[in-house]
Amino acid sequence: MSGLELVRGITSVGAGDRPTVGGKGAALGELSRAGIAVPPGYVVTAQAFECSLRALDPAGTLRGEVERLPAGDRAGIARVTARVRQRIVAAPLPEDVRAVITAHYRGLGGDPEAGKHGVPVAVRSSATGEDSAEASFAGLQDTYLWVRGAESVLDHVRSCWASLYNAEAVSYRLRMRIPEQDLAMAVVVQRMVDPRCAGVMFTCSPATGDRSVIAIEGSWGLGSALVSGDVTPDCYVVSKVTGEIVRRTVAAKFRRHQMDPSGCGVVADDLPEALRERPCLSDDEVRALAAVGRRVERHYGAVQDIEWAITDDARPANGIVLLQSRPETVWSGRSAGPVATPKARAVDHVFEGLGRVARIDTGTEARRWT
Amino acid sequence: MEGNGTASSFPLPSQITDVPGAEGWRSMYPYFTRFQPEDDNRFWFYNAMHFPEPMPAFDVVTAEIPYTAIGANTARVFCFPTTLGIEHRIVNGRIYITAIPVTDPAEIERRLAVFQERAGHYYENWDRLYEGWKTRMKGLIREIEGITVPQLPELDDAAVVMESTGVAQNHYVRENYHRCLDLYSKMWHHHTEFLMLGYGAYVVFFEFCKKAFPEISDQMVARMVAGIDVIMYRPDDELRRLARLAVECGVDDEFTEGCSPAAVLDALAGRGEPGQRWLAGLDAARDPWFHVSTGDGFYHHHRSWNDNLTVPFAALPRYVRMVREGEELTRPTEQLRQERQRIVAEYRGLLASDEERAAFDQMLGLAGLVFPYVEDHKFYCEHWFTTQFFAKIREFGELLARKGVLAEAEDVFQLHHSEVDQALADVMLAWAAGGTPLGGAHFQPIIAERKRMLEVLRDWSPPPAIGPVPEALNDPAVRMLWGVTGETLATWAAAGDGTQIHGYAASPGVVEGTARVLRSVNDIGEIRDGEILVCPVTAPSWAPVFGKIKAAVSDIGGTMSHAAIVAREYGMPAVVGTGHATTRIKTGQRVRVDGDRGIVSILG
Repeated sequence: MSGLELVRGITSVGAGDRPTVGGKGAALGELSRAGIAVPPGYVVTAQAFECSLRALDPAGTLRGEVERLPAGDRAGIARVTARVRQRIVAAPLPEDVRAVITAHYRGLGGDPEAGKHGVPVAVRSSATGEDSAEASFAGLQDTYLWVRGAESVLDHVRSCWASLYNAEAVSYRLRMRIPEQDLAMAVVVQRMVDPRCAGVMFTCSPATGDRSVIAIEGSWGLGSALVSGDVTPDCYVVSKVTGEIVRRTVAAKFRRHQMDPSGCGVVADDLPEALRERPCLSDDEVRALAAVGRRVERHYGAVQDIEWAITDDARPANGIVLLQSRPETVWSGRSAGPVATPKARAVDHVFEGLGRVARIDTGTEARRWT
Repeated sequence: MEGNGTASSFPLPSQITDVPGAEGWRSMYPYFTRFQPEDDNRFWFYNAMHFPEPMPAFDVVTAEIPYTAIGANTARVFCFPTTLGIEHRIVNGRIYITAIPVTDPAEIERRLAVFQERAGHYYENWDRLYEGWKTRMKGLIREIEGITVPQLPELDDAAVVMESTGVAQNHYVRENYHRCLDLYSKMWHHHTEFLMLGYGAYVVFFEFCKKAFPEISDQMVARMVAGIDVIMYRPDDELRRLARLAVECGVDDEFTEGCSPAAVLDALAGRGEPGQRWLAGLDAARDPWFHVSTGDGFYHHHRSWNDNLTVPFAALPRYVRMVREGEELTRPTEQLRQERQRIVAEYRGLLASDEERAAFDQMLGLAGLVFPYVEDHKFYCEHWFTTQFFAKIREFGELLARKGVLAEAEDVFQLHHSEVDQALADVMLAWAAGGTPLGGAHFQPIIAERKRMLEVLRDWSPPPAIGPVPEALNDPAVRMLWGVTGETLATWAAAGDGTQIHGYAASPGVVEGTARVLRSVNDIGEIRDGEILVCPVTAPSWAPVFGKIKAAVSDIGGTMSHAAIVAREYGMPAVVGTGHATTRIKTGQRVRVDGDRGIVSILG
């Protein structure tokens, strides 16, 4: 096994590399191929995971042990998975894996010896496997921010691997009878972005599924404040057709997630009063984000659910970087019939439309007035 | 548009009390316009769009005759499946209307069969029939312009004898007066001939767009079908042309802020060939383009630009200045056309399937077919014809004044059209008998009292709606023209804390400025540069003032309101359909107009 396959640069991978770099890694590679700015970084591949697993489990019994657990045995699952996770985080890494991850960290500008003062990175799980298997990780895959120094990166890579054996994730796989054999965990390591503000963007309306608009939500600091529900974000709706901001709602934002004062990890704190009512995005930034959203959507040919951040760094010029993009699932999955189908004559639409009683929804509206 | 809780509801017709000091308002209007006890069971809304002021007695003809025609069209002629006609009632001088829905499924089915056959004929032959319509409408305009008012001199014309016509001219007083009313009525029948079908086709496209794109704004739907060379833009285009001509001829120095039209015309007459050239240009523009009403043709005081040159001349100095500064004054029609095409293509591309795209094409095609009529008929009907109609009635007023029945010609509009009939009979009899008309003693005190009452009624704030909320709003005009939907009702019902007024976001952008509340188009001269216009409704002919204002707010306005289109063209925020901005906002207050969200905030 060559070192090249243990780690791959984000810019060198694409959608076809999912089995090797996982969903998140592949999506980031695909974005950067499409010319969208993503933080520079690399992916510790599924092969690196396999290689390390073989080292700590030469007999190859670990996966079978997990798979044989009874799906309903919550206590058993908790006990076994805790032991598996413990083994993964404690086992020494094979030398070639260790060397290549360290070398790439150095490639990001990080002095491996600098420890707490090294270049900060984000270490994020990126599971491989079937879609259904990946679905089991929604919200469970671990992400570690503001990680500094090679040793800490190595520790967090192992933590990400261990998260594959999260009790909830394993329970789900057992229930769904998803085989353990092909499951692996890749890990994305990216230069840490210190965002002024961050958030999510849907290339359709999350409320109505309307594909003619882009919905953007954002708040000060890291996007985790918004994703975790710690803060009510500012909301913007932008027309894809005219580029106009058709709605903006500036929320009172009380919390912010940002770098811990120690330089490592994240701290959630109260937002200074002056920033609370201030919109976190300028109109130009809203429009620039929407333009990026449209490009991503066009690239994939499908409605996207995007995580973004804006930095005050000079690169890229507008400060926008994407941290993730995946197909939107709620509305895309809904199989509503067509709004209308063609008729023999155009006027038949009028006959149908005017032949209908335009009732007022008395269930909701009448109550307001009577 | 929050409706807040159960506190807000509309009053019943029977709960509305007479305005103190104007208890006699009923004497101005016919018996069939009064609310009946059983009317408490129905939903009515104030038609502030057409009737933003208390009605002078004659002017109720602009409700009586249109509703005679509209109802006939929908209920009896085309047999719209789910709606009959519109009924109107007057209270405290204000006109409330309601559409009578058809809700019985069997009845709808029966009517639908007839509607398909009749409406189908019009939709299928639309352009050809519309050409015929234009010819007929121009014929009606020529007829009304040609009506003469007999002068009743001491002796009749010798021709009555020499050509043995045998009919004395006092006969033609009544006949010609009746012809005015009859032609006005015919005009309205033709007005509605295509209009309700036009709204019908548009409402279907509109609702498709709302379903396919739940977030699409009303104005964006309108933009996909809106015409580029709309006739209603022509009068303003002509002013821009005249501004260029003034600079070209080197007579632009005459057009200064606040100049009087008469003085300018006099001065130009004395400036040799260049002055003559400009005056010839003006004459060419006046017929027909200055037949545009300064209002929207529902009140006798909505005079045309030709009647009152102050309005077009108020816009000229600014246009002249812009020409001098090298600004491009022509509307970029090709650019607008391309933008419309681009918008249509984008939305079309966003549809989910080829099937939906095919349905979209059909509906858009039909909406595009009917829209020129929807946009252009007003110029012929409400503007050109109607200003001529009122001018003729005014001439009858002059006759009545000359004969001592009225103190002044304008007072004819304080009489109901059936009372004018009586007054004319009085004059005809007196002329025949050699006696004196008795109308002066009878009508003049009545007219003085009515004028006083109208002033009192002007200060009343009519509730936007009265009666119980309806189960259905089927009438396409009610939905599209007046913009009355479930959402509007919620907006009207929302009491609010008094500092925020909700309406429709008609044109995007947010600005703050000083409000100028204009209850009547006649006050249009009061507008100052940079103010925010707050009015009951804006008519297309207000376009020139849009060059001066920062934003526009109206009480009433649906998705088809031209105010929205004009505001967008001038790139200024507008909020329409607020229900009662003119009564909540006072001139001089600072307001913020949020055209993105449809909210007007009173800042103090």
